[in-house]
Parts: sequence; structure tokens; C-alpha cells
Amino acid sequence: MRALLGATLLLASVSLARAAPQADPLASPMWNDMVERILDGGPVVFDDRVKVVVPSVVEDQAQVPVTADARALEGVETLVVFADLNPIQHVLTLNPAKAAAYVSFRMKVEQGTPIRAAARTADGVWRVGGVYLDAAGGGCSAPAAAREKSDWHLSLGETNGKIWQAVDGSARVRFRIRHPMDTGLTRDGIPAYYIERLVLSHADGTPLASLDMFEPVSEDPTLTVQVRLPGRDAAVDIEGRDTNGLVYKSRILASQDQSEAASSAGDPTP
Amino acid sequence: MMTRRHALGLLSTAMAAPWIAPWEAYAAPLSYTLKPKEIAKGVWLMEGAQEAITLSNGGAIANVAVLDTAAGAVVIDTGPSRRYGEALSLLATELTRKPVARVYLTHFHPDHVFGSQAFESGTVASTPAVAQGLRDFGEGFADSMYRAAGDWMRGTELVIPEPIAESGVEDFGDRRIRLLAMGGHTPSDLALFDETSGLMFTGDLVFLDRAPTTPHADIERWRISLANLGAIPCSAIVPGHGASEPTDRGIQQTRDWIEAVESMVNDAFDRGLDISEAVALPLPDWMKRVALARYEFERTVMHLYPKLEADRWPRVDREG
Repeated sequence: MRALLGATLLLASVSLARAAPQADPLASPMWNDMVERILDGGPVVFDDRVKVVVPSVVEDQAQVPVTADARALEGVETLVVFADLNPIQHVLTLNPAKAAAYVSFRMKVEQGTPIRAAARTADGVWRVGGVYLDAAGGGCSAPAAAREKSDWHLSLGETNGKIWQAVDGSARVRFRIRHPMDTGLTRDGIPAYYIERLVLSHADGTPLASLDMFEPVSEDPTLTVQVRLPGRDAAVDIEGRDTNGLVYKSRILASQDQSEAASSAGDPTP
Repeated sequence: MMTRRHALGLLSTAMAAPWIAPWEAYAAPLSYTLKPKEIAKGVWLMEGAQEAITLSNGGAIANVAVLDTAAGAVVIDTGPSRRYGEALSLLATELTRKPVARVYLTHFHPDHVFGSQAFESGTVASTPAVAQGLRDFGEGFADSMYRAAGDWMRGTELVIPEPIAESGVEDFGDRRIRLLAMGGHTPSDLALFDETSGLMFTGDLVFLDRAPTTPHADIERWRISLANLGAIPCSAIVPGHGASEPTDRGIQQTRDWIEAVESMVNDAFDRGLDISEAVALPLPDWMKRVALARYEFERTVMHLYPKLEADRWPRVDREG
């Protein structure tokens, strides 16, 4: 009976979302298209609990800091970030296995555009938040800085990173992987070449999170995710793969001194 | 034919859709009003607005000065656009009743250099590094200025100054100006000390009651330049932004600001905050009282963070 009631409620909420589509608060001309192409046609509801944070001023259109944060929702299965008016709209998708529905990174924008985060919860509904980012053009069509150097390939895949553990067992992982992340849209005619997948797992093999990334993620991807580690002497393995099939492996240790730093700092979130 | 209803429809579209610029932007009266203030005998200061570059101020946010000399007018910085430069050139001739003998650019930032077009070629001088910086970045600066200031920029083109300014004394007959080549706010900042009036023109090495900008800053070098400036006795300090004051308040405030933001950014980075979190950190009250505090703090976080991320985390990749 309870299951049936739950199913009825679920159907009700789904059909509600289908029956009465809300107007896009950002009034984007691309919104309906985004729902069809990136959110599988919905159902979709706008939800303030899904937050997108962007700076109030953009100087570098190739490195715009973006945070997508759906931690206020329970049971997020997928968190998608997209930009309606970018030539390539889909930026990344986070699948948090043992991770928070939270990702911070930098992206390229070709012009001012809505930046959206859509979190799909267990009921199959996409809950969408977003902001309008005011920016000058050109982030997607400017060549990667690496392409100005003949020896850029020597540092390809170099990874630096660090873990901050909180007392509640969650851990923040911040890392940067050297990669040109070519969009294929640049004046120099270089085809698209980017890291398309990252898998984070605990050193014992437990999956923590995976990320599908696309051309708009900035050169030298620099990401922040929050995972749940089984123990304090933990390590996070990162395995990346780019569109040429190159594999990038790294391991970030949650060493003792880092733990102390984290516990004295407390929860790093302000 | 466009009816009134069509026009109203367009207007409301512009208001509803944030990617269409505000209607009033096209109706602004595009003429700079320069208000010269005589801060010493034969020395006039045109104070910039303590604002970011906008469609309303046309980018006139930096201080510009005119000095009367026996050899002619000496101009320090040329403002944001051709239109500004033309008004400034006219004003300099009116104030001094002489042609402009020399123009100095203090550094390569666009709010200080894009009026150069209005001055006779050969009169605009800078350090070699500023000339090179404009060759490398000038077109990009022009793009940003056109976007931020709009039609105020019409007709403005990049002018590469003569790379002839270096540390030493320039003698204009009744006025000797000592050039001090420094750096830190940008790779090359020229301060000018007028021996006759005792005024120290610091360019953007000093900001007063306006938050310092950091897109090309080297904080350590900036600190050293400020210490050097502070050691030179002068009658007043004329900052790049803010009022001329007979105290070293500008030097101290600029030093306090760059040290505070550097330490806040380092601390946020060490705590594992990402950029979005760091830009939202609370500012102490004294910083909040400075114009554009949040705006410039946000920019500075974005300027300093990528370098920390590149330099300070342990290398973690393994052989694939």
C-alpha cells in the first residue's frame, strides 16, 4: 500500500512537471532545446536548491570559475552542467557514487550565456538552477595557451592535487590535470582533443564519483569534488581518459599532516 | 516603419532579456567633462571616477595631470579613449597656453593610455617595457574597453608610445621632473617626481580610497616599490586613482590592501576553498570602506588562484 501510494505520488509529481512546464526564469531562447537534448525531454522543475555560482565579473572567457551545488537535495544521481548559448552546450556531468552533488571547475564561454546545473533525483525529475553569466566573447574559439608552446606535450597529464578531510568523514579533493582541452573551434584548426572521462575511486577500488567532461571545460582542468572516504588513512585514485585514448592515472594521499591541517581549519565551506 | 508600439516592445524585450544591453546605454551624452583642479602652481589634476569602467563613465576612472613648463605642457597619462584624449589635449593647451611638449604614460593599463591618439606622434613616451606590453596586449585591452565603455571608444586605436622614458631627470626649463622606473602593479610602473612643486605622481602604484587592481601585479615587487616611494620626501602624493593628499595615506592603504588580499587568498587556498568560495569570503570593515572593495577582491582571487594551484599542490600522477 505504501509502495503504491509512493508510486502514485511519484506519478503525480512527474505528470505535474510534464503537464505544466514552468517558464524559464532566464528567458533563454534555447531552453526548450536544452530540455530535449541534454535533459532527455524532462520532466523538469526549477528549484532554488540547485545552485550555480559564477563570478560577478569575467575577465578571462577561457577560465570562468563555476560551482554547481545540489547538496541541498537528497539522492542526486546525476548532476549536469550546461550553457545554453555556448557553441557546445554540455559542459560536464557528475555521477556521485559516494560523493556530494557538488563540483567546482572552470569553463570557457563564447558569449554571455545562462549557466545551468540540473540534478536528477531518484524520482527521475531534473531539478534545475542557473544564473545568467555576463561575459565578452571568444573563450571557445581562442587557442589553448599550451598550443603556443612547442613542448606542451611534455607536461601533458601532469597532475597536482590535495585532499582535505573533515571530521565527519567527508573529504574535499582538489586537483589539476595538464591538458589543452582543445575545443576544435579555434582559429588554428586544431581538432577537438579533451579529457572526456574521469573516475575517482578509493584506493581499495570503491567507486567514489565519475565525471564526463566536454570541450567547454577549461584548459588544465582544475576541479573540486567532495567524496566520502572509508577511513582516515585513505587515498583517492583518479583515472582519466582523453579523446585520443590516452589514460592518466594519479593517486592523492590523505596524509597525516594534511588531515591535521583540515581538522584545524574545520569545514572548509565558508 | 517602426511604430511606437514596436519601439515599446523592443524596450520591454531589452529589459526582460539580460543579454540585450540596457536601452539607456544608447542615449548617454557622450562627452567627457574634465574638471581641472590646480593642486600646485601650474599643476592641474583631473580626477577619475572611483568606479569600474562603465557605459556611463566612458572609462574616465584614472587620474590624469597637466603640468605647465617653459617648454610646453607636460601631460601624465592620456585617459581611456580617443575622445577623452582630444578633450585632454585641448584642455592642456588652454590651461598652459602652450602646445603639449611631452606626454608620459605611467603604465600600460587601458584606462591610462587610450587617449594617446590625440597627441602628436613622437610626444608620447613610456618605458620600453610599457611600449612592449602594449604591443603584446594592447589589442586585447582595446577589445575589453570597447565592450565595457561602448560608444565612448568610437575611433579609438592603439598607439605604441616612444620607448624613451627611463630613470633620470628631464629638464623642461623651469620645471625638472625626475622619472622613477619601478614595477609591481604591472611589470613596469613609472612614477614621476616634480622637483619644482614637490608632487609625487605615482601612477597606479598607489590607490587611495579605491581598491587596487591586480591583473598584472607582482605583490612582492609592488611592496618594495611602495617602500621606495615612501622614502622620498614630497609635498603631496598624487595617486593613479583617488585624491591628491599631502600625506602617505595612499601608500599605506595600498600596502595594507595588497598584503591583506594576498594573505586572505593564500589562507583560502590552504584551507582548500575553491575560487567560488574564496571570492565570497567576508571582508574586514576597513576594506569594505574602500570603493569597489568586493569587485576588486573578486578579481584578485581570480588573478592569484591559478598560480597557487599550479605551484603549491603535490605532484600526484603515476606512470600510466
